[in-house]
Amino acid sequence: MSGLTYETVAQIAQQGGLIYFGAVFAGGVAYALWPKNREAFQRLAHLPLQDHEDPDVEA
Amino acid sequence: MTTQSAQTDAAPLNAVLLYALTGLLAFGALMATAFSDDRLFRFHGWIFIAAFVTALSAMTVGLSSGRFRSPQDQYADGVVRAGVIATMFWAIAGLLAGVVIAAQLSWPTIFYFPEAGWLNFGRLRPLHTSGVIFAFGGNALIATSFYVVQRTCRARLAGGAWPWFVFWGYQLFIVLAATGYLAGITQSREYAEPEWYVDLWLTVVWVAYLLVFLGTIWKRKEPHIYVANWFYLAFIVTIALLHVVNNLAMPVGLLNSHSYSLFAGVQDALIQWWYGHNAVGFFLTAGFLAMMYYFVPKRAERPVYSYRLSIVHFWSLIFIYIWAGPHHLHYTALPQWAQTLGMTFSIMLWMPSWGGMINGLMTLSGAWDKLRTDPVLRMMAVSIAFYGMSTFEGPLMSIREVNALSHYTDWTIGHVHSGALGWVGFISFGALYCLVPWLWKKDRLYSNALAEWHFWIATLGIVLYICAMWVSGIMEGLMWREYTPQGFLANSFVETVSAKHIENVIRTLGGLMYLSGALIMSYNLWRTIRMPSQAPVAQAAGPAPALVAAE
Repeated sequence: MSGLTYETVAQIAQQGGLIYFGAVFAGGVAYALWPKNREAFQRLAHLPLQDHEDPDVEA
Repeated sequence: MTTQSAQTDAAPLNAVLLYALTGLLAFGALMATAFSDDRLFRFHGWIFIAAFVTALSAMTVGLSSGRFRSPQDQYADGVVRAGVIATMFWAIAGLLAGVVIAAQLSWPTIFYFPEAGWLNFGRLRPLHTSGVIFAFGGNALIATSFYVVQRTCRARLAGGAWPWFVFWGYQLFIVLAATGYLAGITQSREYAEPEWYVDLWLTVVWVAYLLVFLGTIWKRKEPHIYVANWFYLAFIVTIALLHVVNNLAMPVGLLNSHSYSLFAGVQDALIQWWYGHNAVGFFLTAGFLAMMYYFVPKRAERPVYSYRLSIVHFWSLIFIYIWAGPHHLHYTALPQWAQTLGMTFSIMLWMPSWGGMINGLMTLSGAWDKLRTDPVLRMMAVSIAFYGMSTFEGPLMSIREVNALSHYTDWTIGHVHSGALGWVGFISFGALYCLVPWLWKKDRLYSNALAEWHFWIATLGIVLYICAMWVSGIMEGLMWREYTPQGFLANSFVETVSAKHIENVIRTLGGLMYLSGALIMSYNLWRTIRMPSQAPVAQAAGPAPALVAAE
């Protein structure tokens, strides 16, 4: 346990946190910008405007 | 409109389960009240008994007369209508409590009678904060989330009668919290004052809420989960987590109203402000952003400005917010690195916050002219502007050196109220103004002119409120740190209090104006509900009414 000092734990947490947050952010941006998703997102941007008087029961 | 009688005639098992649970709870509450020797615990016990017995009676009538059916070809709007009424009711109650305590701060002897200790500022203050945040804001969130998740999933609410359990269970939580504060039952944790048994009750209600929401998403007919539902879901999940962890406590006895926190010292403070700040981030921000992403496009009849931005907005906001809490503990026993961490993440929050603000405001692209004619859309646009302003001010105040001046002063109160009155209040009012004609099938509000009056009176009230608090906050902050040449503090505390008398009076006036606006609104909504319907029910197959012609 001698290797596990405050400094090592802090370093792991800081660098791990940097990588973790960087990866999550990159993942989020990639998902948002992925060309294949463009059409779906354009449709979703209009979703609140499509009025449905009743729920979809068939399908 | 086709009716599927075979499906709706099925035995409502969910309602029977709820009925049995209510019976068990009524019995449990009766036993707990009977055997407790704690006067305050018995007081709450009677409220529990009254609530469960009333629910049991109502459900007996309901079950025997064939209610509690869930036709899957209709949206469950009854619970949303109830939520809209409850939201308006608690808005008035919470704002009224705020005006009363603002008056008490201006004129300390007003509304205070030594023989009625429950009218003391210390008892009324949590009544106001919980009243506006949890009663008004919470009901607005539950009602709009139930409305939005159904429309954006094209599916009826899951769980049959359980959305009603969520609604009434939440009202019971509010009544227990409010009466508890007045009676002196408190954990003394800011925004988490209710005692352990009320916390447990809220946990049950909240898990039911989560399951109803998830169940509805589960059976959605729309392949994607719309961004508003992501925000609602983050709000529900995170509040569950925060609520459970922050309220971990050991009761003095199983039939006793008092408890002690599981944490102590600086850990306790950190847990409390991890909770406290994320109550702001997830209760007062994420949930209301969900409202923004549904009601602003809908009202403006324009698509979301950038759906991509909304995705980045969501993920960056929720990942950053959860770390910002330690900025409440600058210059305390909390290690400095933790303070700096909280401050850094708070400053990073500028980006997602302003991304969201830009996305909300730019949704008005092509519909800017409506701001001139539609007070409801203008109210929502101003709410987004206040969101931008208070999320600019917040990170600024989280900087340690700025916090040295602002902390414990009225500046904080002003900041909170520009967010609460400007952002949370206005976006909720805007949503309610939209929802009432939709839910009660009217083609318009009773009076646009009254909505204009509400908008201007309330906006002016906010401006008076926050400007007065800026002045008094910075003044008292400077007075607290003023030294004489000999090195003594120049001002006694009471001198700094009396110096802000005028600002306190202006604040009371601002709050009174905001309350007046809400009263005008409730009259307007009441008259809207009482208007003749736009079309008889039989006409459903006819041409679509003008309101829904937006494509």
